Amino acid sequence: MSDRTMTAEEVVGRLESGMTIGIGGWGSRRKPMALVRALLRSDLTDLTVVSYGGPDVGLLAAAGKIRKLVAAFATLDSIPLEPNFGAARQRAAFEMVELDEAMVMWGLTAAAHRLPFMPIRAGLASDVMSVNPSLRTVTSPYGDGEELVAVPALRLDAALVHLNRADAQGNAQYLGPDPYFDDLFCEAADAAYVSCERIVETADLLKDSGPQSLLVKRAFVNGVVETPNGAHFTSCVPDYDRDETFQRAYAKAARDPEAWRAFGERFLSGDEDAYRAAVAAFHEEEA
Amino acid sequence: MSSGTTTATRAEYCVVACAEAWRGAGEVLASPMSTVPTIGARLAKLTFSPDLLLTDGEALLIGDVPAVGARAQVVEGWLPYRQHLALVATGRRHVMMGASQLDRHGNQNISCIGAWDRPERQLLGVRGAPVNTLNNPTSYWIPKHSPRVFVERVDMVSGVGYDRAAAAGPSATRYHRIPDVISNLGVFDFETPDRTMRLRSLHPGVTVEQVVEATGFALTVPDDVPHTREPTAEELRLIREVIDPKALRDREVPAA
Repeated sequence: MSDRTMTAEEVVGRLESGMTIGIGGWGSRRKPMALVRALLRSDLTDLTVVSYGGPDVGLLAAAGKIRKLVAAFATLDSIPLEPNFGAARQRAAFEMVELDEAMVMWGLTAAAHRLPFMPIRAGLASDVMSVNPSLRTVTSPYGDGEELVAVPALRLDAALVHLNRADAQGNAQYLGPDPYFDDLFCEAADAAYVSCERIVETADLLKDSGPQSLLVKRAFVNGVVETPNGAHFTSCVPDYDRDETFQRAYAKAARDPEAWRAFGERFLSGDEDAYRAAVAAFHEEEA
Repeated sequence: MSSGTTTATRAEYCVVACAEAWRGAGEVLASPMSTVPTIGARLAKLTFSPDLLLTDGEALLIGDVPAVGARAQVVEGWLPYRQHLALVATGRRHVMMGASQLDRHGNQNISCIGAWDRPERQLLGVRGAPVNTLNNPTSYWIPKHSPRVFVERVDMVSGVGYDRAAAAGPSATRYHRIPDVISNLGVFDFETPDRTMRLRSLHPGVTVEQVVEATGFALTVPDDVPHTREPTAEELRLIREVIDPKALRDREVPAA
């Protein structure tokens, strides 16, 4: 079994402009932020992003990395509206494929199952159908004759997810209450990259948790990155909660172009070590 | 508030009206999306709808009924997002969503204001409103009733209303139901021949004229509109001492 450990920069080196990239987590929860920050430092562009959106979407949108966004929402959870996402939409900065939350789940499921679509009820009669004119319905071949939405497979070139633990081969474990859809993102992708709080020996994965915590299987993983605090400022329970103070500062800065430039200069102009140092300095100031 | 036979505040009438939405719901998940409906769902569970399932707002089903903002001491189940979205499709859920815009047919918008291609104001996105409205009963809670919310036409149909469901056909109408719309002024439903919004009850202290003025479309107003029912003494005690001792309800619905 191969050792798949790599750096965040090496992950980004495997990606190309124009790719469709799925990002795990949900809202401002367990987002692969260190990988997103590495993406921000790269010259990759024209990305199609599929996400249960949070600040991953906000940061990539603000940096002009997104050509097309496939999402049902973007939110910071404790702050309902993602300001960078909102501002980007209001200047029509990218193409939007606005789907319902369940449609995203079934679209990823179809992709993972190598099916062209999944039939579901959600979406019928809503404006999701009108703003996505390429969406089609399908009629049940059985006696009921129901007409349902054929959610197209959301196949990904690459998936980026962040979990609590992983081994060097890519078996990855979540320790919080919700797996979100990280396994599905990996299975729907041609290549998946897992960042984690800590890489451990395979034999140690089940030291403190049951086997159902092993969410992502190595057969679907191409790279593993150890990024302590790699979900910051989103939550990664039980390792840490969302950094609400920092998130408030992020959201406030995003509402003003001048403040946003300063925020980028202070936090996003260096590498991940520089980011961590800047966040530590920020908290010292706030204390 | 003016003197009368009751000491309940407007927020407390709203809580009771929200709780009533889950009366007789049976063993289903109550999904309230903001403070007053959360208090209402917990009140319903502690009184007339003991079989309701409640979440901690994330992935756990709670086995006790803590005060709003307090942590549950008992967990009775697991409901991560993937199961939550699947549960919606089983119909075993009654959600009470918010609405940035709501029209007379019950079409709801939480996505954006203005043209969708380039919105004047981007809001949340459609979130789960399409899947909710086609699969399980979906009610709405509007803390500030105004013509900006109750509009003739919504900018982006997120939650599906009765007219749109009917136009889309039997697969859309099959499990579609909007039992209640509750605002800080009254309770509304769609129990009219053409399934458009009707004033069902006024919260005490509110007039029909106030409601009509705050509504941006023609509302069906019956000749005789009852008042929203009074909370019982026990309900008031549960609201004030058990479920919402910090009076968070007053932040969402200030005293009239």
